Amino acid sequence: MFEALSYDFIQNALIAGILVSMASGIIGSLIVVNRMVFLAGGIAHTAYGGIGVAVFLGLPIFLGASIFAVLAALIIATITLKHRERMDTFIGLMWAVGMAVGVVLIDLTPGYQADFMSYLFGSILAVSQSDIWFMSGLLAVIGFIMTFWYRDILAVSYDSEYANLRGINVRFFYTLILVLSALTVVVAIKVVGLILVIALLTIPVYIAEKLSNTLYSMMILSGIFSSIFTLIGLWFSYEYDIASGASIILVSAVTLFLFLGVNALRGKA
Amino acid sequence: MPVIEIKNLSFSYEKQTILEDINLTVEEKDFLAIIGPNGGGKSTLLKLILGINPVKKGSIKTFGEKPKKNLSKIGYVPQNTNVNTDFPIKVIEVVLMGHIGTKRPLFGYAQEEKMCALGALAQVGMEKFAEQKIGSLSGGQRQRVMIARALCAHPQILILDEPTASIDIEGQKQIYKLLEDLNQHITIIVVSHDISVIMKYANKIAHINKHLTHHHASKETGLQHECDHYCEVEMFNQFKEVK
Repeated sequence: MFEALSYDFIQNALIAGILVSMASGIIGSLIVVNRMVFLAGGIAHTAYGGIGVAVFLGLPIFLGASIFAVLAALIIATITLKHRERMDTFIGLMWAVGMAVGVVLIDLTPGYQADFMSYLFGSILAVSQSDIWFMSGLLAVIGFIMTFWYRDILAVSYDSEYANLRGINVRFFYTLILVLSALTVVVAIKVVGLILVIALLTIPVYIAEKLSNTLYSMMILSGIFSSIFTLIGLWFSYEYDIASGASIILVSAVTLFLFLGVNALRGKA
Repeated sequence: MPVIEIKNLSFSYEKQTILEDINLTVEEKDFLAIIGPNGGGKSTLLKLILGINPVKKGSIKTFGEKPKKNLSKIGYVPQNTNVNTDFPIKVIEVVLMGHIGTKRPLFGYAQEEKMCALGALAQVGMEKFAEQKIGSLSGGQRQRVMIARALCAHPQILILDEPTASIDIEGQKQIYKLLEDLNQHITIIVVSHDISVIMKYANKIAHINKHLTHHHASKETGLQHECDHYCEVEMFNQFKEVK
């Protein structure tokens, strides 16, 4: 185990795991309290279209995926603010079309088939130095926004009608939350893949919510839980040679069931 | 000068007329109760007064100006306070939301904002619960916290939408007692179905069902209404006579 830590790719994986965990803890908390889980799922799958475009045109994957995901977030924000009642239809549509575009473009790219699975299920052991810069940058932006606009974001999340009444630009902050979610989803795809990203954004957050009195502590706690699950998951992945993304999610899920079990027993006692 | 003056106000969603030719004047320290059937336009009228819905026909003036200009002078307590009870937020943070939109520090909350929020909580008798999670309170306690949030901005008018809808009888009494105390200093507007309680505290009653009918209520004379429009108030009077 310890000799593994001397490999660059393992070090990168650990750093990336913690960076992405902190980002997904903060943003996952916002997604859960704002009931946006399905929206985040839609964004994650639409982002696959961006991966396809990037592969086809030979652009950096993160760039293509980010542009697609942010566009998806903006479209979803517009739809939910204007036609709330048809929201699920539109998100379902984008979800499928994004995937289809990605699959077709990757098929059309000559000689490039190998990494199809890695975007679906993650490839944390293939994290590069530039990926880590991207993740650090995103976490810094999220931290900055949360520091200076925490009370607005809290008000919009808890009671958007009242926030609007007090002169907060609810549309702006709602869109901002979705755009940050899109970017977080993109970096989380690297760690657990787009199919499993929803689990990373919800399981640690759900446990943290039960243990928190404030949104702030929920965010921090989610980030810590997520980091722990990721590190344990990576260890299992290394030791037993299994897929890292799935291993991280299973560690999270088992912990969640234990947590719920203990809670249920306590409730009875 | 009346604190709210509504003249010839009409409002419609697409083709459906919700409110027609409403005239209403609210004076300082009035306790106005707005009653009427569901879908009769009560909430729409509140949204117009609060500047959430735009006025298209007729006029609304709060403190002699357009509603948007004086939002900070109006405190609002929304209808359903039982939503989002899982939300990880402390009572004091909910109250502090009342400050948003006014002068504020670069991040976090200023000391005087916290003091003010604690003061508002004390006013509604909830200061002991400041550090508790909002979801751990009862419906009535949560309603009082929402009133504290509205008081946090030092409003001159307090508007409450169905403040006792989901609260037990004891909690309802406490809320109305609190409103009566607050009415010593500020104007109160309450939307409610609960006529028996409203009768005890309101000095003006407006019945809204697309049109508005005025009623004057006083503890001495009981209810008097100005036209032959049939509504819950008459029903209530008949009910009283039968008893």
